[in-house]
Amino acid sequence: MAKELLKGNNAMAEAAIRAGCEAYFGYPITPQTELLEHMAARMPELGRAFVQAESEVAAINMVYGTACTGKRVMTSSSSPGVSLMTEGLSYIAGTEVPMVLIDVMRGGPGLGNIAPAQGDYNQMVRGGGHGDYKSIVLAPASVQEAIDLTVLAFDLAEKYRAIAVVLADGSLGQMMEPAELPEMQPLRKGTPDWAITGEPGRPRRLLTSIYLQPEAEETTNIRLQRRWLDVEANEVRYQETYLDDADIALVAFGTAGRVALSAVRQARAEGIKVGLFRPISLSPFPVAQIRQLASRVRSLLVVEMNAGQMLDDVKLAAQGACPVEFYGRMGGVVPLPDEVLAEILRVSTHPTADLNGHTRAAWLDRLEAGRGGN
Amino acid sequence: MQTEIIIAGFGGQGVLFAGQVLAYAAMDGGLHVTWIPSYGPEMRGGTANCTVIIGDEEIGAPLVKHPKAVIALNLPSLDKYEPLVAEGGALLVNSSLIDHQVARADVRVVYVPANEIAERLGDKRLTNMVMVGALLAATGALDMQVVKSALKAHLPAKHHKLLPANYDALDEGAQIAREALAQAV
Repeated sequence: MAKELLKGNNAMAEAAIRAGCEAYFGYPITPQTELLEHMAARMPELGRAFVQAESEVAAINMVYGTACTGKRVMTSSSSPGVSLMTEGLSYIAGTEVPMVLIDVMRGGPGLGNIAPAQGDYNQMVRGGGHGDYKSIVLAPASVQEAIDLTVLAFDLAEKYRAIAVVLADGSLGQMMEPAELPEMQPLRKGTPDWAITGEPGRPRRLLTSIYLQPEAEETTNIRLQRRWLDVEANEVRYQETYLDDADIALVAFGTAGRVALSAVRQARAEGIKVGLFRPISLSPFPVAQIRQLASRVRSLLVVEMNAGQMLDDVKLAAQGACPVEFYGRMGGVVPLPDEVLAEILRVSTHPTADLNGHTRAAWLDRLEAGRGGN
Repeated sequence: MQTEIIIAGFGGQGVLFAGQVLAYAAMDGGLHVTWIPSYGPEMRGGTANCTVIIGDEEIGAPLVKHPKAVIALNLPSLDKYEPLVAEGGALLVNSSLIDHQVARADVRVVYVPANEIAERLGDKRLTNMVMVGALLAATGALDMQVVKSALKAHLPAKHHKLLPANYDALDEGAQIAREALAQAV
């Protein structure tokens, strides 16, 4: 298919439809609303289910019910709305039914604002709800990648009977870029062998997240953990740019990854050997790849639109093999390439060991100094 | 190599659409492009802007501090972006609504009476296309013919009767920019 100029929110919605999403339940919230609007227009046209629920809590429970029937189902929201859904997410994880969630992150905490941010990394990567479970979390950096990862999310959710999250931000949701949509997939015939379909005569199927006997609940937990080991073994995704001869490696995801790419190019033009490692799967996290990277570069520089949430995972992965530096903007401020370039220059000229655990304090000092009168 | 363009004005002046025309043309011309609007809690009559980045390789950051070109459709936009245009960049000023002179000497400035031209062409909604025409001539970011073809290809057929006036608006804006920059040299 030819490239079209597509807005991120609309592109993810249409990608979900073409991946065979048969039901959407949601509640509007900026900067995600075009996704819901696109679904409102298109799903009824195709004879599929669209409900604008009375709240996010209702929407996620509608998703839960539909997921139990084995149909491809999704919801989407933005940070505060996703927080409202987290109880349902835990029930869905505990029931081992697949669903897709698209979170178009905005500034927080609290009601925050509608500007792009990455402050929900921990919430999504650690599962979001209560109990021991993990969700697959995929972080696109372009409209094309948002399309591709939305399709992938449906496949992975089904494969692992898990929640698959596409973790975007307001910038990606609102941005237009040329991109190519996939062909419309035919809807799957039949249902998975665990789905409840109300069919009389066949052996009973049970989907639940309540196991009153602790041993039975532990058995479920063991199954979830075993399955997650498979996810870790098979589903790590990342992109490396200019890393072959790099002394410094930036680690950044999503929109921060794009900003980092611009800064890396500018630094390369100044003769600095710097590259970019961009995790695409935030969960499972590319632990082994970052461990290996840390052993061959002089420094890692993590760039995020939050206070260093992925920073902790990078440090765990690096295991002290090299200093791990940090630069971030918070509250909906998108860092500009010039700021990241300044950080690359700093790390390049002062490769001071950052192994004392004061990464955030040092960053906050630099950030406050750089903001000046802001 | 990439060109960053900010188009800024009041809501209702066609700021976002002008940016989309550039984005469509860049895409049709086989270039990489991003279009991103300001999407704050604003309403009609409030300020609006969008950033368009056109490049020959994958585009990184969708926002930049120092754009190579700015179209300022009203005074608040000029006040905001005059200090930010990159050195040697282009500043296109809608002189119909802005009676200020640009203070900076290190940018190429073109004053375009875009509202007057649009009204003379019969539709004040052509203001944005007059400014886009001036931008094309001042920056060479995209070929004029590619932009005209993009308008035709992506405007819904029911609006195609408006194409000739849009083409005229682009041409008049471009003519003003060419004359202004020739005088400046």
